[in-house]
Amino acid sequence: MTLLKLENVHTYYGHIHALKGISIEVNEGEVVTLIGANGAGKSTTLRTISGLARPRAGTVTFQGTALNNVPPHKITRMGVGHVPEGRRIFPELTVRENLEMGGFSVSSREVAERMERAFTLFPRVKERLNQLGGTLSGGEQQMLAMARGLLLNPRILLLDEPSMGLAPVLVDQIFDIIQELHAQGTTILLVEQNARMALQVADRGYILQSGQIVMGDSAKVLQESEVVRKAYLGEE
Amino acid sequence: MTAVPNIASSTQRSPLEALGNWLLQYILRPVLQILLFVFIAGGSISLLALVVGFVLQTDWHGIDILRVPARINLFEQVVRQLPNMLLDGITIGFVYAVIALGYTMVYGVLKFINFAHSEIFMVGGVVGYEVMIRLRAADMLSSLSPLVVIVLMIGVAMVICGTLATVVERVAYKPLRGAPRLVPLISAIGVSFFLTDFVRGFQALNRNVFNMPYPTDQVTFFNERIVLAQGVSTTNTTLIIIVSAIVMLVGLNYFVNATKIGKGIRAVSQDQATASLMGINVNLMITITFMVGGALGGAAGVLYGLKTTNVTPYIGFIPGLKAFTAAVLGGIGNITGAMLGGLLLGMLEAFFSALLPYFPALGLGYSDIFAFAVLILVLLFRPTGLLGKKVDEKV
Ligand SMILES: Nc1ncnc2c1ncn2[C@@H]1O[C@H](COP(=O)(O)OP(=O)(O)OP(=O)(O)O)[C@@H](O)[C@H]1O
Ligand SMILES: [Mg+2]
Repeated sequence: MTLLKLENVHTYYGHIHALKGISIEVNEGEVVTLIGANGAGKSTTLRTISGLARPRAGTVTFQGTALNNVPPHKITRMGVGHVPEGRRIFPELTVRENLEMGGFSVSSREVAERMERAFTLFPRVKERLNQLGGTLSGGEQQMLAMARGLLLNPRILLLDEPSMGLAPVLVDQIFDIIQELHAQGTTILLVEQNARMALQVADRGYILQSGQIVMGDSAKVLQESEVVRKAYLGEE
Repeated sequence: MTAVPNIASSTQRSPLEALGNWLLQYILRPVLQILLFVFIAGGSISLLALVVGFVLQTDWHGIDILRVPARINLFEQVVRQLPNMLLDGITIGFVYAVIALGYTMVYGVLKFINFAHSEIFMVGGVVGYEVMIRLRAADMLSSLSPLVVIVLMIGVAMVICGTLATVVERVAYKPLRGAPRLVPLISAIGVSFFLTDFVRGFQALNRNVFNMPYPTDQVTFFNERIVLAQGVSTTNTTLIIIVSAIVMLVGLNYFVNATKIGKGIRAVSQDQATASLMGINVNLMITITFMVGGALGGAAGVLYGLKTTNVTPYIGFIPGLKAFTAAVLGGIGNITGAMLGGLLLGMLEAFFSALLPYFPALGLGYSDIFAFAVLILVLLFRPTGLLGKKVDEKV
């Protein structure tokens, strides 16, 4: 079943034409990855889905509902969980409060339950509950950002470069967690610079180039494609 | 702040222990912090007063403006006046602190100085007057318990001013979101003038006077004196102002730090876009911020009216300016800072009003100049204000 669908989406920042007619589909239970160079429009795509950016043309449909005029907080409450680029932890809230913000629209009892579930994947976060978000290390902040995203209990999780700036061990850990979430049935749209690892965990992928989708296929096909190997996997 | 991994213990606390923790965290600790601030502000000003009194008691040849009439022993006077000066400083300082919270909270979420806040405060003072004279007309002012009178005055002022601030935000600021920073500022100044003239017009049509004297003489309780020490006494009004202010500050601390909405407001003030990704309705949080700030401003207006016993449509400007100054002095956007700033500014003002009359060349009229000069000095050395920005938002 199609959970999320972008049809011919155009997004602008002022005069900058960032997305030039993008069409993407994500089915229930899938991990789909979005690969592209810096400035290709990956983050803009996610922002357009979660309502932080508005498409000037085209439609974003989630579970059959057009999102074009829905405010971001309602899109979130409909089940779109966006873990934005650069972690965006609330620096002057404690770790616990950061997590509570993820459960803002549900009861505190539900928040407690979701927190316990998130801790099974991110035990490190649990150890730092009373620390201020801004004082966590970069890796810890990334863990917190993902955990906070899970607190939203989303139907679909939009992850924007979750491995950015992390040590190799932590990158592996993040991808393990993505796989774990996948196994639990979470639908994920994953934006990554690390195309190799992204294609390993993903079912399907899209290649984005200057605001346009130039390729879209199963992860296997993309991994083997000549173009992808040269441009994104750094192979000769 | 250190990490305290106490998850296990936090899930299985006894109810009594939980209540104890709650009282400690949200009542006792903030009250102690407020007292600490009173001591810091009071202590530093006392020290300043004593030093100035000591240094200036001898004749400073050549500097005429610093000359004290020969028959006066300045140091002795300072010592004698100190308790009343402190009491005065604390009272007005708390009023400034409560007003300052309105500026600082709105600045926190919108990075915008709501210059109309001083007029919201003025409206609070006028509402207090209206409530009082209506009670008097119904012959209830002297028969009702003074506590009920106070709660009614403050309560009505909070409701009306909270609503008013929300309406102002909706009408005059929200449509300008995203416009250059100067534009909402001009709009705020426009709202200020509008509110002043509206109240003036309203009173002119109804009563043909601009002075609205609080009929505090009708409530004997307000004017009863309490003796704190030999030669140091004050009225119950002072006590009412201080206690009400502390209740509001503690209440705000609870609201901001312990409630879901309060945490949402803090999240919005740190990162609006991410807050909306958490399912937080940013516009609603902004509205609530204005409502809470406005309600506090209205309550402060009533307290100010009780202290000065007379309000006019023009009372907003100077206290508003001073409260804004207090917010900047403490570090704008910082709730704790607004409190400290308010108390310090109140103390400074009391200090200069107590001292200046002894200098014939200067006189009382200069007290504000000196208070603001101190502010400029502080900001020269600490542009972010006393408590900077990177501080926990706790009262
Ligand atoms: N707020 C903005 N204002 C103006 N232009 C923007 C803004 N945000 C992004 N852009 C532009 O839109 C284009 C797409 O940006 P986007 O952030 O989506 O790229 P990206 O694929 O996520 O890149 P990266 O891999 O570096 O994160 C870029 O050319 C960028 O300069
Ligand atoms: Mg990006």
